[in-house]
Amino acid sequence: MGGDLAQGIRRPWRPGAVAKPPPLPSAALLGQSLLAGIFAGALYGLLGLGLTLSWGLLRQINLAHFALVFLGGYLTYQLSTAGFDPLLTLALIAPAFFVLGVALHALLARFKVSPLNTLLVTYGFTVMIESLLQWIWSADYRRMDWHHGGVKWKLGELFVSLPELLTLAVACATALAMWAVLRYTDLGKAMRATAEDAPMAAAFGVNHQLLSLLLSGLCAALAALAGTCLALSYTLAPSQMYAWIGVVFAVVMIGGLGNPLGPLVAGLAIGVSEALTMALTAPAWAPLVSFSLLIGALLLRPHRF
Amino acid sequence: MKPLAAFLLVGAVLALAPFLGLPAFYESFLYLVFSWIVLATSWNILSGYAGYFSFGHAAFFGAGVYATAVLGSKLGWSLLATLPFAAGVPALLGVALGAVIFRVRALRGELFAVLTLAVTFVVSTIVLNTPIDGGPGVMLSAVPIPQLAPSPSGSFYLMALALALCTVFISYTVYHSRFGTGLFAIHDDEEVAEVMGVPTYRFKLAAFALSCALAGLAGGIHGVFVSYVTVSETFGHWLALYVILMAAIGGTRHWLGPALGAAVVTALLYAFTASDFAVAGRALVGLVLILVILFMPQGLLGRFSRRKALPRKALTPPDAPIVAVRGEALLVVRGASKAFKGVQALAGVDLEVRRGEILGLVGPNGSGKSTLINVVSGHYPIDSGSVVFEGREIAGEAPHRIAADGIARTYQIPRPFAHLSVLENVALPPMFGRVAMDRARAEGEAWRWLEFTNLSAKANRLPGDLNLHERKFLELARALASRPKLLFLDEVLSGLTASEMDGAIRLVRAIREQGTTIVFVEHVMRAVMELTDRVVVLTSGRSIAQGVPRDVMRDPLVIDAYLGGAHA
Repeated sequence: MGGDLAQGIRRPWRPGAVAKPPPLPSAALLGQSLLAGIFAGALYGLLGLGLTLSWGLLRQINLAHFALVFLGGYLTYQLSTAGFDPLLTLALIAPAFFVLGVALHALLARFKVSPLNTLLVTYGFTVMIESLLQWIWSADYRRMDWHHGGVKWKLGELFVSLPELLTLAVACATALAMWAVLRYTDLGKAMRATAEDAPMAAAFGVNHQLLSLLLSGLCAALAALAGTCLALSYTLAPSQMYAWIGVVFAVVMIGGLGNPLGPLVAGLAIGVSEALTMALTAPAWAPLVSFSLLIGALLLRPHRF
Repeated sequence: MKPLAAFLLVGAVLALAPFLGLPAFYESFLYLVFSWIVLATSWNILSGYAGYFSFGHAAFFGAGVYATAVLGSKLGWSLLATLPFAAGVPALLGVALGAVIFRVRALRGELFAVLTLAVTFVVSTIVLNTPIDGGPGVMLSAVPIPQLAPSPSGSFYLMALALALCTVFISYTVYHSRFGTGLFAIHDDEEVAEVMGVPTYRFKLAAFALSCALAGLAGGIHGVFVSYVTVSETFGHWLALYVILMAAIGGTRHWLGPALGAAVVTALLYAFTASDFAVAGRALVGLVLILVILFMPQGLLGRFSRRKALPRKALTPPDAPIVAVRGEALLVVRGASKAFKGVQALAGVDLEVRRGEILGLVGPNGSGKSTLINVVSGHYPIDSGSVVFEGREIAGEAPHRIAADGIARTYQIPRPFAHLSVLENVALPPMFGRVAMDRARAEGEAWRWLEFTNLSAKANRLPGDLNLHERKFLELARALASRPKLLFLDEVLSGLTASEMDGAIRLVRAIREQGTTIVFVEHVMRAVMELTDRVVVLTSGRSIAQGVPRDVMRDPLVIDAYLGGAHA
């Protein structure tokens, strides 16, 4: 029952990056750790993007985001065994997830669920989806076999793999795109205005309901995207989703709620800190890094939150 | 002591079970029910009463398990000797965590929920990677347990029963106490609670520590009960889920709700885990949680969760009016400045309030009147300047300390505690204000002020049932009940009809007769002219004129400020 909880986040198997506590890590090992941290951080940022938008702009703390990410990961895995390319799968599941997101928001809005209670309701969905995953795919670890998955480049002494590079590119591109949409388009301005003062925005003709449904759908589609990236480079197990919650929420809060670039920046910072911690102490201590950073931020700058 | 007797009676009857020769299965099953009652009820003391949802109850339970595990297995202590540590370690952990989170002002509840989500993971990582456990788990079968009953399972049954009764009794006592009133007020509107004198930070920490300590005790006993503890079993995320579900099903605003929910859910879970549908059972738990939140947010005991007013006693004679030399300075504000992100709301305000007077504070919208009230009551920290009350500097004091000093305020848009009855709303300030009465005396005092404001007939209603005029009077009654020395009235007349306004003006006069000094913030000039002894005019965060109302209103500067220079 949750033996996985104690193991920390599963790293992809990576020959150069297995960090044991050496007395003095070599420059190459340290460099490889840093790279691993950057790639892990990119995925934190990608997972955090949907969360920060729904928390900051919709006032919903969507715990089910993690379950959707894993559902997306498993669907990518399953379809790849049937010969579908992960990118093709994404084109199929992203619209489907969009509909799920719209439905979730419709439900929460229909019952006028308070922000704290959205956490409870989506907790319920998380548990249901986890049970579903376990029922279909069992509690065992699954690893997707992608025919480009082994593509690697050598940069001096360091290795970079295609899935990781792809994840980094996707994370940066979506964060920048969301930032640009919120900053420059009328749609984005309407969303920010609604988040600030919904009745006032409505008085200026913003269709609050429609925008919120759209945004919630978008967040779920981002979960599908993150799920595909997750399946590309990580091993999947249903209960692993809980291992991501702490670090991704830390990324969201340190990055600033509703700020689309925040999770990426905070994610990279936390990813690198974790990698350094793993290289210099032991891998097992990595889960403490994000929590310590968050507590530190709370202590030093309580008024930012 | 009637409730205590009832608890003891229930305990005595249930304590007979191990001596009846029942199969050990029943004792163990009931042991589990009692354990869950402890966990759900302890969770509720902070999370249900004060509304700070914790997702980290497993961490505190687990800290208790491992406190007992370390002391029992490595040092060979008996179970009973380890229990103070099983309570103390989680309580310290909770206090440390709370000391960080509870200081944050915005998003407190959400931050708390999310941080407690992470804390289980953090504590389990520490336990797993240090000699506390180190990985293989800890054997506890050799830890001596007290021989309370013929069989070990009977002894565990009795220990869990005693702990469950204690926990529910604590929950009951807190629910009916001054402490509980403060927690319920924090749930509804923490800022107002603080301004009315509730030491919110201390109360939250105390409730959290109590909640963690009780969970840790359950953990200490449970570790020895299962006799072999591992990190993965102890810190599973299911514990938090079940605890939240139990409390939500039973009702989080009732002292017995979580216990009832625990009994129901434990029985249902047993039915599922005993069959082959464990995974389906978990999915069902998730579904039930969703349905409960959507369709039954008050829980099974929701309709019973309003506290009954204590029997109404004959009114004691009122305290003598505050006798004081009229005219000496009561509150002196010098050079008060406050900026919000570049907007200078107060730019060096000077203000003197004299004992016994009604001082009118007027000025156009945005001139800084409300900010001044918020600064004096301690809600906003002041940027520079001084606030001296009765000869003592109070700038920088916590709002609840300032309330205890004798400063009260009303809100322009009434902010009653939505889930407390009208009577409880009015009884809260005397419990926490200048005099700090117990609940019975405070309710007696509240009746007096409800009569004073003509609200006695609605004493047992919720504030949501009142109309605007009544809610404004509720604000007044609340401010009066604390018997303040200085009262800030923030636009109590706005939105009232002419006849309602006459009533309100009579009321303000009557308040002054009690010996209370009043700062009267108002736009209705008729009332300002009728009521006030002196007027101070604020504009753009500065006081530009003061004196007798008639003179001040003729001052060209004042006319300019109000009419925007149209006469020039």
